[in-house]
Formats: sequence, structure tokens, C-alpha cells
Amino acid sequence: MKLAYWMYAGPAHIGTLRIASSFKNVHAIMHAPLGDDYFNVMRSMLEREQNFTPVTTSVVDRQVLSRGSQEKVVDNIVRKDGEETPDLIVLTPTCTSSILQEDLANFVDRAQMDAHCDVLLADVNHYRYNELQAGDRTLKQIVEFYIKKARKQGNLATEKTAKPSVNLIGFTTLGFHNQHDCTELKRLMADLGIEVNLILPEKATVDQLAKIPQAWFNLCPYREIGLMTAEYLQEEFAQPYVDITPMGVVETARCIRKMQQVLNQQGFDVNYEDFIQQQTRHVSQAAWFSRSIDCQNLTGKKAVVFGDNTHAAAMTKILAREMGIHVVLAGTYCKYDADWFRAEVSEYCDEVLISEDNGAIADAIARIEPAAIFGTQMERHVGKRLDIPCGVIAAPIHIQNFPLGYKPFLGYEGTNQIADLVYNSFTLGMEDHLLEIFGGHDTKEVITKGISSDSDLGWHSTAQAELNKVPGFVRGKVKRNTEKFARERGLSEITLEVMYAAKEAVGA
Amino acid sequence: MTVAQQAPSALNFDCETGNYHTFCPISCVSWLYQKIEDSFFLVIGTKTCGYFLQNAMGVMIFAEPRYAMAELEEGDISAQLKDYEELKRLCLQIKRDRNPSVIVWIGTCTTEIIKMDLEGLAPQLEAEIGIPIVTARANGLDYAFTQGEDTVLASMAHKCPTSAQVQGEDKEERNAIQKLLTFGRKADQEKVESEYVDHQPLVLFGSLPDPVVTNLTLELKKQGVKVSGWLPAKRYTELPVIDEGYYVAGVNPFLSRTATTLMRRRKCKLIGAPFPIGPDGTRAWIEKICSVLGIEPQGLEEREAQIWASLEDYIQLIRGKSVFFMGDNLLEVSLARFLIRCGMTCPEIGIPYMDKRYQAAELALLEKTCSDMGVPLPNIVEKPDNYNQIQRIKALQPDLVITGMAHANPLEAQGINTKWSVEFTFAQIHGFTNARDILELATRPLRRNSQLGELGWDKLIAKDVPAQV
Repeated sequence: MKLAYWMYAGPAHIGTLRIASSFKNVHAIMHAPLGDDYFNVMRSMLEREQNFTPVTTSVVDRQVLSRGSQEKVVDNIVRKDGEETPDLIVLTPTCTSSILQEDLANFVDRAQMDAHCDVLLADVNHYRYNELQAGDRTLKQIVEFYIKKARKQGNLATEKTAKPSVNLIGFTTLGFHNQHDCTELKRLMADLGIEVNLILPEKATVDQLAKIPQAWFNLCPYREIGLMTAEYLQEEFAQPYVDITPMGVVETARCIRKMQQVLNQQGFDVNYEDFIQQQTRHVSQAAWFSRSIDCQNLTGKKAVVFGDNTHAAAMTKILAREMGIHVVLAGTYCKYDADWFRAEVSEYCDEVLISEDNGAIADAIARIEPAAIFGTQMERHVGKRLDIPCGVIAAPIHIQNFPLGYKPFLGYEGTNQIADLVYNSFTLGMEDHLLEIFGGHDTKEVITKGISSDSDLGWHSTAQAELNKVPGFVRGKVKRNTEKFARERGLSEITLEVMYAAKEAVGA
Repeated sequence: MTVAQQAPSALNFDCETGNYHTFCPISCVSWLYQKIEDSFFLVIGTKTCGYFLQNAMGVMIFAEPRYAMAELEEGDISAQLKDYEELKRLCLQIKRDRNPSVIVWIGTCTTEIIKMDLEGLAPQLEAEIGIPIVTARANGLDYAFTQGEDTVLASMAHKCPTSAQVQGEDKEERNAIQKLLTFGRKADQEKVESEYVDHQPLVLFGSLPDPVVTNLTLELKKQGVKVSGWLPAKRYTELPVIDEGYYVAGVNPFLSRTATTLMRRRKCKLIGAPFPIGPDGTRAWIEKICSVLGIEPQGLEEREAQIWASLEDYIQLIRGKSVFFMGDNLLEVSLARFLIRCGMTCPEIGIPYMDKRYQAAELALLEKTCSDMGVPLPNIVEKPDNYNQIQRIKALQPDLVITGMAHANPLEAQGINTKWSVEFTFAQIHGFTNARDILELATRPLRRNSQLGELGWDKLIAKDVPAQV
């Protein structure tokens, strides 16, 4: 048993559902008790999704528990097949139902006999894997299933496309700025003259998966989701993959050079150096920005970075290499992939922290007292308490990570976004100087008068106490309205009854 | 006992036993930790439970000091670790870090399935660490959303002291803080006492925000009814005294287990009344309490009429319109009854669980309201199937759908006005004064959409965009 106040990565079934519901025309059946189906709420509320989330819960209740759930699960799969005619139904248990140790594979086989669509059981251990690992696995499982199916049916498209092409792997629903990253990479590919063969899994259909081998290579921008699929495809088709996250000017260039190398190896002669120069100097403002006078004050400022592997590693490199900021601590909650993280960031920071315990990071922040934090919502919260600004760079996702405006983290536009985020997170430039010189500009003393001293009305102690319970920002209004009400009626004392009567009278 | 009357027969009840969505009953942590200020809630469950509270409810960050997960790991599930030792380790840490007056263990589906004997472990551990432990089985196998509160209060009902116990320990000490606060305004107190009619003690149950508690207590005081205490109180150490023969009344429709526990285990007498939601319900609730306590209520009719008059501006917006409840928080029947009294029609009330005995008076009032208003009775659908409901909504095209969060945006995208049921769970909706807030919520989608319409937005948005289900 573990005392936990906060979770950086969600449970396994969330990862599975993120993959399943990213595909088009794929339905997921959750075999779970009432209340475990909040994935639908997250998708509907955070992404403001207009369609019903294609996830149905086959509810496990006391009765199902005693009778066995096979009939119900099979019925629900067959029913959904009829109602929605999906191409694929993915069955997943949750942490709870997985301990029932039912033969879900058998349920799936049974359902497959009656269902027209394909039926798959998401093959994940719910106590060993978290959301990210489960997502990675489920994507690979679905891809593998359809590659095998296509091979059996003889419609696997193995011939490479005429022009260089790429599969972009790892974009999912409820991912951190995934939609915008995806758009940015599509633009980048267009600029580089590389066709996008498929984007996985976001908005792909399972029928398209047979086309995967057509692409010249795969690009996995995220360390967490997609890599297993890319590795499988390399093994299966010798299809190369690039796994450098194009985040920040330096890494974006490294990623593009790697793609160039992959294309060159396949006999396509291309040189992206001019493009990189052009983008770095003119499209991305980030390189010039960090040399501009304003940013001199960033030099040597202390920062703490924490997040998932992809974003924490990339952010550490950007801060250290591109902005001259002193990263005291870089950390990740991806414990299962700690070695990679260490290798990536060790040379750019003083300390590395690998932990899923938010308390450990909070303690480290309090000890280090950095000038800024780049972390998750949790670190933002810690920063608020310690009065240290925090830019949010990684999941767990929050409604703020689904902005309406275009805010990618990847590619050259991403470099601009990140530069803005960094700049806005620090108190710096002239503002910083002036604050130091003049000791702050908020010199006005707060003068609070006693709540009833300026009034000829008496507030009864109980009413006074009640008034104090009213949230501060409306307290003044409530007080004014109540006193107005009392004056109009010639009352000299405001009691609780008067307060409520006043509330009814003004209807507020 | 006043609750024994059977549910009215004219209402039609269906049970679809379908696939439906509501929040998990462990949600109750999010309001109960705020209500009971000296408590600590320990949810014993899996990552799935924790991530729900963190994400869907958004509780975790803010609740941190008084709420945590005891996350079950592989060793706990396979019973390699001793539950008692593990819980002891965690509770000692909580005691050391936070020192609460009570630790509430919230059992989950997982503790049910692995048959962790929380009720058996608690007394022993409580004695060992010296902090009372309340255990509640707020699991999704047996309960829905708001019923989580029911499981906690039912369990807490056992912990309410009897007057003999209170006199036995030191009564002075128990009220020491209150005394400090009132500076021994004894004279004041005695004057107040005389305003009450002499009646058998009455305890109210249900967790409401403090201003609503004060409000309802005052409404009863106006009739000379003295509320001896509330379950739960603001602090665990101030749980109300409950003796055999005390009267109890609930303020929420989802508290049937608490009611049963108070009746069977504490030998209280339950006042079965409609719930104090809307001016009609509030009046009926007060009247019923008064009649049981042998008090002639004064001025309630005028009070109700006055409130209705003040609501007219809102009622104009919904009169003659229809509302469909998909079912989420078990407040559905009370809200439907109030909205029908406002002049709406209601074809369907979906509800996760329907206790016809505990809700008997509310159902009777619903039936009476429908006949008074001359509208058809709603169909009450227990454990509805959300997919089927959406087909019915498409066919009926109601003016307003009150639904859980998973369906709100998709329905709105199909041009159907929706309101989240969750808001009614958290807003202050009880009593005369707050009736306006219910209508403020219920009419908001209509007002918003008519405002957008006036601005010409509906011409910019293609109305019949095909949206898939």
C-alpha cells in the first residue's frame, strides 16, 4: 500500500482508451464498475469533444459479480457492433475488474463469433503498467493485429511510395498539446517535401494500417507513446524510425538531419541544411530572442524542470543550451524509463530526480528555491505556494492544455511558443531591475476598516459571523444590499433573518 | 414510523439495468472533507480511483492536506501483504503529519472484490493509534455517485454519542470551544431557548454547506422547532447526540441507508417528508416536521407564495417547456417535482437508484404536483441505458436535458440544451431562499442560447450539422 496524494500518470486503462478512441470508427468496451468510466468525462470536458466518446461501460455490479460477467460483456460487444457498426471493438478491464481474473480472452472469442467487426482484448497488466506504457502497448497491439490480418488477406501494401513519406506515430486524444504538435509536424513535413503517409493513431482507420509499410520511415516525436510500434515495424519491415523529439531549435535541427540521413540511405538525395538555417534564423524567433538584450538577465537564473521523459528532457536541453539558464534539477516521473532520461539530461543539469512522489519534487523545489519552475500542474501548484513562477510543460493534462489558439511545443513554431513561455515565467528584463532598484511598486498600505464601523446599522453577532462566511469578492455587495434592505424597512439591527430576507428580496 | 406508506401506484417505474454513466461514489470525499473540518479521508483503492478524484473531480490538489489515497499495489491484491500492518503504517503517518480528529476509510470496488475486512480492522487499529476510524463502503458495485455520502453518514451514525455518554465524559469540555466563542452570553441563550416549542429532540441528516445549514435551522426555528444537531456536524468532535426515540429527518433523497441505520440501529423515528428543494418541497418538509412534532406551522403558505412571486422572472423562461433527466445524482425526482411545479413538463426521470420507501413522500408530492399542474406523470427509469436514452431524447427533442458530464457537450453539439447535473450536487439548492439558485442554473443554458441567438450566432452555426452518436 502506498500513500498517494497525486498521480503523474493515470491507470493503464486510460492509456488503452486514449489509443482506441483516437482511431476513427473504433469502439471500446470497458468492463468495469460504475464510476470507472470517467474517461468519457475527461474527453468530453477537456477536449470539448462534440461527438459521444466511443467508449461504453459494461457495468459490473453486485449481481454481475455473483453471476459472472461473460454473458453481459459478450452481449454488450455484440450490441455495440449492431448499434455503431465499428471496424474494431477493443475490450479493456480496469484495475478493479482485472482482479476478477476472468478469462476475458475467451469472452472476446465468444463475441467474435457473433460480431461482424474485429474484437480485441487490450493485453495489459493493470498493476504493472501505467497509462503511458499501456498506451504504447495497445497501439502496438492494434497495429500488429492489422498488419497480420492484412498479410493473411494478401492486401498488405509493402511497396514504398514514389516520393519520400513518413508515418507520424504517437498522436492521441487527451495528449499534451498533441493536436497542435501534429499540425506543426505536418507543416514541417510539407516544407521538407516529405509526404505524410499515415498519422497514428489520431483519426486513422484500422483499414489504413495495411498501408503503414509504404512509408519510407517512421517518426516518433514522443518517447512515451509510439516507440514500441516503431520498433515492431523496424523488425517486421526493416522500416527505419527517427525518435528525436523536434523540440527546441537544436533538437529540431538534429531531428531533421536524422531524417535527411534516413532518406539519403534509401537513395534519396536531399540536403536540408539551407532549410534549417532559414528556419532557425528567420522563422523561429527563439534563437535571436535568446541573444536579445532583454534576455541577458536570464543568464545563470536557476530553474527546476520536471515532467514526462519527452518534455522534461527537451526542456532541460532548451533551457541549458539555448537560453543559458542554469538547470539545477531535471526530473521525470517516468520511472520505468529512468536510464534513458539520465543519459539525455545528465550533462545539462546539476541533479537528476526520478520520482513519482510529488512530495519529493516539492521538497527539492523548496530547497533549491529556483527563479522558475517548468513542470506539471502539480509543480505549478507548489510554485504558487512558494511564490515561484511555473510554466507548465507536461501532462497530467488540464483544460489549459487544450487552448483554442495554436500552441504547439514541437517544430519551429513550437520554439517560439516555448521561448514565450520561458520569458513570461521569469520576472525579468526592465521589470526585474526596477523592482530591485525601487523595492517594488506596490507601496500602498492596505487599509481595512471594521466591517460595521462606517455604518449606523448594527450587525448582530450571528449575522456578522454569517457575513464573514461569504466569499470575500462578493462580501461587500452582500453587505451593501443587506444594509440597503434594512434601511428601507427602518430596521436598526441586522439579524440572520434580515440577511436571508434581504437575499430573497434582491434575488441574488 | 411515518415512512411506511407505500409508493403511489400511478407512477410508472422501469428498470433498464443498462449501461449508464455516473460519477463514482467516492466523489463524496470532495464535499465531505470540506464539510467536516477536522477529518481525514483515506480512499483505499487503485490508481483508477485516485486518477478519478484527481482528474474528473479535480479534488486532489486542493484537498491534499486532508485527503489521500491508499493505493493498492500488486502485493496487496495478491494478499502477500498484511492489510492490518499496511493500514497501520499509513494511518500512523497520517496521524503524525496531520493529526485529524477522525480518519474516514473509504472502501472501493477493489476492497470489496479482494474482500478486505475494513470494518473488522478498524476497531483494533482505532484502539491502537488512538484516532477514531469511520469505515464506509463507497463502492461502485453497490452505489452511485451521491450515495457515497450515504455510506459515510450511515457509518458515522454509529459514532454519534448518546446523551448518557456525553454526560459521562465531560460535557463542559465538549462545548468548551463554543463557550469561548459565545463569551458566556448566558442571558441571550436563555431568551433564545424560550422561542422554541417543547418537543422531542430532532436531528437532521445530510451534508450541506454551512450557510444552508443555518438557513434551514432558522426556517424551523421560526416555527418553534429546535434542531438539536446535524449529521454531519462541522467538526467530527461535535457529532450530534442521538438517543433512542429522537426524531430524525433527511435533507437529501440519496440518504436511504443513513435513514435505515438511524431507525434500526439508533432506534430513531424517521420523519418521511418530501425534500426541502424548491419552495414547494421546503414548505412540505417543514409542514411535515411540524405536524409530527405537534406544531401548527405559521405563515408557510404566504412564505411559499412570496417566494414563487419572486421567481416569476425565471419561471417565465421555462413555463410550458420540457425537461429530461438522464439520471446522475439521485436528486432527480425532487428537481423534477420542483420544475414541474414551475410549469415544465417532464417525460422521463432517469435515476441510478430508486428507494421507493425513503422517497415515498417525495414521489407522492410529485404525483400530486403533476395532477395539480395538469401534466402527464413522468416515466421513472432506474439504472437507465444511456444509449437508449439518447435515442429517446432525439425522438422527444426536449427543451432541456439535465445530464452527467460525459454527455453534456455531445448533446449540446446536437443542438439540445443541456445542464450538468453535477452542478445541482454542489450548488446551494435547499430551502426557500435558494430556490432561485436552482432556476438560475436550470435556465442558464436557455438564457445563454437565446442571447447567442439574439446576437445572430445561430446564423453563423449551421444548425443541422450531422453529428454521430
